[in-house]
Amino acid sequence: MATELALEKWPGQVSTVQIGATKKEGGSRAQTISVGGQASLPCLFKEGVLPNRPVIAFEIWDIQPSDWPDELINPYKDVSGDPLAWAEKCVNSYQAQIVALRLQGTHTDFGDKNAEVSAKLVNRLIEAVAAPLIILGSGDDAKDNLVLPACSQAARSQRCLIGSAVQDNYKTLTAAALADGHNIIAESPIDINIAKQLNILISDMGLPLERIVINPTIGALGYGLEYAYSIMERARLAALAGDKTLACPFIAFVGQESWRAKEARSATSEFPGLGSESERGIIWETLTAAALIQAGADILVMRHPKAIDNIRKYIDNLWTNEGQG
Amino acid sequence: MFIIGELINGMYANIAEALKKKDKSIVQECALEQIQAGADALDVNCGPASKNAASDIQWLVEAIQEVTDKPIALDSSKPQVIESGLKAIKNPVIINSTTSDPEKLEVLVPLAKQYKAKLIGLTISAKGIPQNKDQRLELAANIVAFCADCAFPIEDLYLDPIVLPVNVAQSQMNDILEAIKEFKIISQPSPKTIVGLSNVSQGTCVRALINRTFLTMAAAFGLDAAILDPKDKDLMDALSTAELILNKQIYCDSYLDAYRRK
Repeated sequence: MATELALEKWPGQVSTVQIGATKKEGGSRAQTISVGGQASLPCLFKEGVLPNRPVIAFEIWDIQPSDWPDELINPYKDVSGDPLAWAEKCVNSYQAQIVALRLQGTHTDFGDKNAEVSAKLVNRLIEAVAAPLIILGSGDDAKDNLVLPACSQAARSQRCLIGSAVQDNYKTLTAAALADGHNIIAESPIDINIAKQLNILISDMGLPLERIVINPTIGALGYGLEYAYSIMERARLAALAGDKTLACPFIAFVGQESWRAKEARSATSEFPGLGSESERGIIWETLTAAALIQAGADILVMRHPKAIDNIRKYIDNLWTNEGQG
Repeated sequence: MFIIGELINGMYANIAEALKKKDKSIVQECALEQIQAGADALDVNCGPASKNAASDIQWLVEAIQEVTDKPIALDSSKPQVIESGLKAIKNPVIINSTTSDPEKLEVLVPLAKQYKAKLIGLTISAKGIPQNKDQRLELAANIVAFCADCAFPIEDLYLDPIVLPVNVAQSQMNDILEAIKEFKIISQPSPKTIVGLSNVSQGTCVRALINRTFLTMAAAFGLDAAILDPKDKDLMDALSTAELILNKQIYCDSYLDAYRRK
């Protein structure tokens, strides 16, 4: 018996955020990546337009990551102390569409690098790779307020995505993004009310809602993934119903959360019942990312090249078989 | 809730003057102020003093369309005035209104179809104003059945239960609210519901308070749309808060601001 799909027609639409400015647009990126723009819930290809596929950003650090397990650091062993070489490897060997630089080394507990050093790094990164960039602070509010404006200025006109603005600390970063033509990540702690409030506060400063990407804060598989899922679903339903203050694309820090899970990082000797450590972390990151695509994630910041490869195939499969992509 | 601003009406002195002097700027300012205040659409009524409503309504429509592409509700009890207004329409349009009388339905439903207009149906007929919920439902069912026979999309039909002044028909208030809810089960897909709000407080001495209390109660009964004064900030804030409590919008500390700029 033929089944008739019940299709919803939504009055609202997610805004489209463009990351990366090409030479024609005053920058030097090889291409512009568009995210968002959906007129239906995630992956309901028959219901409304889903003009942009989810994109994957490769996460790199400005310092040698101290807490990445061996399985995760192995693919980057030759480059992980050198952010430029690391970025080049992501682009050249793994065809990274977007590079996400985390300035972890600026944190007072991780080397306390200053704004000038970080801005220089951003300058050199722009020279080294032509992929659109995401620039992330260390999460130390006081340091981020010094470092991120300098990096924003160094990347002026490249239309990066810069983060993260939080409810208690968004003014400095918003002003920098406004001045230098970037997009901003607005981060809320798995709390839709704060997500909405922060977007209003940022847009009140003059940065259009169309330049905001929401970081709803996610948990990995087994660590609160379903809470993130429900928040994202609720925000998307509100956006599609016409609430413009929540109609922003989502960014999900999949790698960061997945590789914190015990199941991803523990040695085989520690938990023999969990299976081989060479596979577990990759599986954890893959499954977390796949679930978040179903929840509506637009940008997935990921770490392991094999997990990224799995997710690329997953997206290709989904969009080629089902969709308009 | 879908808000239709009621202020472009020839019964108000400023609009009457604009019509007399053919001064577009007064009408345009009134249109933009209502939109700024949260109106999703604008009601247009030439008022009782208009001697040539058929041309006045066209002039009003043209003036408004120069400054906004929001939907316009053509408000007249005379089908020929509405038809004249439709000829000038470029924006999305709402016909305000038909009654349950066949002679109105036979003209206005085909016009609504032809112009892809939404249609407001008053649950009233030549026999008079309904006295209870059942009479309202009967008149509503008659309008729905007529629209269905003409293949007019029922989701574009807005049924008005006829709100009476509380100081005249206090015993009917509960019936009016319940009718809003029960109109929804007349057909599938459901018709939408609408009220002309300010009638509820006609002749009372605390009009704004009665208006906003009725509107929040009607919202709780599932009302879809209202014709009201969007520049009444307390009214709009009460509505926004009602929608919050009904889980129709997501809370944040600045939810009033967020609603105002929707």
